[in-house]
Parts: sequence; structure tokens; C-alpha cells
Amino acid sequence: MIRVRELRKHYQVHERAPGVGAAFRSLFHRTYKTVAAVDGIALDIAAGERVGFLGPNGAGKTTTLKVLSGLLHPTSGEVRVDGHEPRRREDAFLRKIMLVLGQKQQLLWDLPPSDTFELNRAVYDVPQVEYAETMRELSELLELGDLVKKPTRTLSLGERMKCELAAALVHRPRVLFLDEPTIGLDVSMQATVRDFIERYNKRYDATILLTSHYMEDVQRLCPRVIVIDKGKLVHDGPLEELVAKIRPDKRVSLRFSRPVDRGDLAAFGTVVRHDAGESVLDVHKDQVNGVLSRALATLPVSDLTVENPPLEEVMSELFARGRDPR
Amino acid sequence: MSLRSSARALPTLLRIGAYEAIAYRGEMIVWMLATTMPLVMLALWVAVAQDAPVGRYGQPQFVAYFLATFVVRQLTGAWVFYTMNFEIRDGTLSMRLLRPVHPLLAYTAEGIASMPLRIVVSIPVAVLSLVVVGSTAVTHDLGLWALWAVSIAGAWLISLFVNFVVGCTAFFAESSMKFMDAWLVFYFVLSGYLVPIDLFPPGLRAIVDWLPFRYQIGFPGEIMTGALSLQQAAAMLARQWMWVLIGAAATSVLWRRGVRQFAAYGG
Repeated sequence: MIRVRELRKHYQVHERAPGVGAAFRSLFHRTYKTVAAVDGIALDIAAGERVGFLGPNGAGKTTTLKVLSGLLHPTSGEVRVDGHEPRRREDAFLRKIMLVLGQKQQLLWDLPPSDTFELNRAVYDVPQVEYAETMRELSELLELGDLVKKPTRTLSLGERMKCELAAALVHRPRVLFLDEPTIGLDVSMQATVRDFIERYNKRYDATILLTSHYMEDVQRLCPRVIVIDKGKLVHDGPLEELVAKIRPDKRVSLRFSRPVDRGDLAAFGTVVRHDAGESVLDVHKDQVNGVLSRALATLPVSDLTVENPPLEEVMSELFARGRDPR
Repeated sequence: MSLRSSARALPTLLRIGAYEAIAYRGEMIVWMLATTMPLVMLALWVAVAQDAPVGRYGQPQFVAYFLATFVVRQLTGAWVFYTMNFEIRDGTLSMRLLRPVHPLLAYTAEGIASMPLRIVVSIPVAVLSLVVVGSTAVTHDLGLWALWAVSIAGAWLISLFVNFVVGCTAFFAESSMKFMDAWLVFYFVLSGYLVPIDLFPPGLRAIVDWLPFRYQIGFPGEIMTGALSLQQAAAMLARQWMWVLIGAAATSVLWRRGVRQFAAYGG
């Protein structure tokens, strides 16, 4: 469905030193620097896949999504989305895709969302019967209710995002690029949006490429993650694989029936947190079984859990390394 | 973007545009009040012509001319460059570029959709003109009325293309607002908006005849009041539509380059 080879997107950025003199000089002579926002990435995404696109701020995620949706012209490289070259923005291509930018909106600000839906129905030439069916489904999945009748400006952020998603899906795009779709939403609304994205993917076999700073979005939605940093691809594969590669530890939480000294735990692993009744340790995944056996035999353990370290920590560590971990 | 799919979407674009115009009715009325300069000029010139006519303009002629220019202004106004300037700078243009309808067509539809509200304001003024000045306020020549209709379309298209051209400058400059300010300086002076072109010195009038400004306001107003013969009006109509074509060509070039620029640097 999506094929990218050696994609590069370089910008010329105007640079100016601080100060009045430099500002005045820049009127007559400007200096530019080339910034490689995307620097030679390659990827293939099959139809119906849900892929998380991760990276720190400025890594090139949004740039890549804009190239894939035809808004930006690549500096070089090959990009194909369902056989189309996005930069040409052919009608047939635009009818298959949608880009949802969490911080930009297409809803008409002073009109109810239903008017934007109707506008998109006409623009995408959706037959009335299909439109009615789609809106019924979207309304049910997103619990839109009477929201669609209120002027957009009166809606909360979460309500607006639900309506943004509905507006974006009026034409049932087969490829959905989502850039921070849950940004600024409360926990419950994030869950609603995540749930909806998953259901839309399954219902229409839609291909979804999603960026998010909320790792919960990625964990819940994306069996596969692509990580880019400084415009270069640093990981492409299952999330578990990435976690295992960056942090080969498991996080072991132990609850005790009586207080235990911190010093007694050092032999089991790295102590992340400790108080008298409960401790959290990082233990190398190959040693977990042995450590658990010893802990159960020698410590007053009343309860224990073993899980992967939080994804936020894994990503922070990955980005802090600032180099290719492969 | 195909013309066929754009044409299919046009009725809905117009309808939603009309909803927006109604939603912004307060702003629209303030805008229309801001275009009442011809009425101010009317009062001024009527006072000037109290004792003796100015050129061929006596008091009734000034009343007829400035009420005509007010009507023309209402029917041919276009302010889409504000939206373009904002959307290009803010990056919201991206959302329009994702749709399979040309953004310029969408902007045009939004402009046309606000027309009915303006006509509602224009009709009473036209009636007032007839009541105050009598039936001599407007031409009785049906041929001139036919040319007037075409000249209104031409005037509106020139205004629209000026808006597009100025709006496109936001692709290349920090903002297009100053370009419009500069345009408006010439527009107010040279269009017949403040002073009928007839009253200009002959040398300046010869230059103004070849510039676009007169064809946005003064020319349709002059046809409406019968100040031009059919032959004169037809010749000037050709010049007006030359400017329509120049505007269309400039819009096409700047839009293509601008979108490439937008696509190169992002939004």
C-alpha cells in the first residue's frame, strides 16, 4: 500500500544572529542553512496495517506524513501510496487518503460540524445513501449525538477531535495518516479515540500510520512501530522487539508481608523504587526466572508482578542515545 | 482536480458559503458600512456643486454617480485575500489542498455565497437613487444595461483576481497585508471611487484608462448612469476584460509557484 525508498526532504532555513545589526544586515544579505528533515528513509506498509510512527520533536514524523499525503514535495526519493505519486495530488489519490493533524482543523469554525460533513460529502462526491450509512456508523462509534448540530466553536477540544475524525472519514479513506490525534485530550477521550481508530481499521481494512507522543496510543493500536530520529530510520518492527533491544530488562514489582531493607534487594537487580512494603526492580529478562525463585525463597514476598518497563522510558532512552541502536 | 468533480461540488460549496456569510452577518454588515465611502463622497461633492456644476456634474449627477458606485462596490467586492493570507501563514491551506476541489474554486464559491446579502443592501440604494434623482439617474438604453451586466462580472473578476494575486504573495512574503494596502491606495484614487474619472486632467485620464482600477468601480458606474455611449462602453469593456485575462494569468502563475513553494517548505 505504501512504499518509500530513499526519501529525503531538505529545507533551506534562513539564519540570523541576534541583535539589531544582524537584523539590518539580513535585509541585504541572507544566509541559509540546509536542514535535512527526512534523510533517506525507506519503508513498506501493507494494506490494513496499523503502524506507529515515533520520534522526538523535530525528528521528521510530520514532514514524512505530509510527503505521504502529497502536501510536501520530496527533495528526492520514491514515494508511492496505493500506486499513486502523492505529490501529484490526483483526485483518485485524494479520495483514498486523509491526513488528520491534531493541531489543525478542517471543521468550519462558526458552523455546526454537520455542515463540514455535508461539504465533504459534496467535495468527495459520496452518494447520499453511502453518506447516510457512514454518518450513522461514525455517529455511533464516536458517540457524536447532538454535537454535530452545535457550532464548532462551542465544542470542547475532545468533542472537536471526535467531529474532526468524523469529517475526515466521510469519504471512507483507505489510508489514514494521523498526526497526534489524541493531543490535549483527557484520558477517557483518548481511550474513545483509540478505540474508534482500531474499529475503523478493522471495519474498512484501512491502513493507518499514526504519530503520537502518548505511548498508550502506540501500545494499544500499533503492532508495528517505525522510529525515526534526526530524519533517519532507527527502528522498524514489532514494539516488543524495540523494547527488548533498548531495555532488555523486565520490571519486577514485589510486595512484602513485612519490611525489607533496600540492601537486601541489591543482589536481585537494579532497585528503581523502594519503600518498606514494596519495591520495584529492573531485572535482565534472561535472569527473571532465577531472580523470582530466589526472591520467593528468601524474601517475605506476598505479591509480585512482572512487566515490560514503561514505553516512555524506553523511548527516552532510545532518543537520548542519539544514534542508531542497530 | 477535475472540473467535473469541482462543478458537482459547487452548489454545496455555495450553500455552505451562504451559511457562513449568515453566521458572520455582523461582520458582513460592518464590512458593508465600511464600503459606504461613496455616500460620504456624495455628500461632499453635492456640497461642492451647490453653486455651479463641476465639469459635467451637477448635484443630481453626483448623487446618481456615487449611488451607482455604491451599488457597484457592493456587487463586485471580494475580500478573499484575508482568508488566503491567514490560511497560507497558518498552514490551514493544507486542509484545502487535501480535498479534491481546487482551493481557488472554494474561495470563489465563498465569495459568491456572500453576494445575496450584499444585493439585499444594494437594492434599496438603487431604489433610493431613482427616488432622489428621478428616472434620469440611470440609463434607459437596454444595450447599455446588457453591457453593464457584463461589466459587473468583469469588475468582480478583476477584484477577485487582485485578491488571489495579493493573497498568493503570502506564499513568498511574511504577509500579504501590506501588498493589499499598497494596491488600495491606487484603487481609491484611480478607480473613480472618490472622484469621477471624468474630472481627472486629460493626461492622467489617458493613463487611468489603461490601468485596471477604473474597471473595478468607475466604469460600471458610468455605464449605469448613462455617462458613456454604447460604442464607448463596448470599447472600454474590451479593456476591462483584457485586465480580467491578465488577472487570470497572473493568478495561475503565482498560485502554481506558490503552492510549489508551500509544498517545498511546508505549512
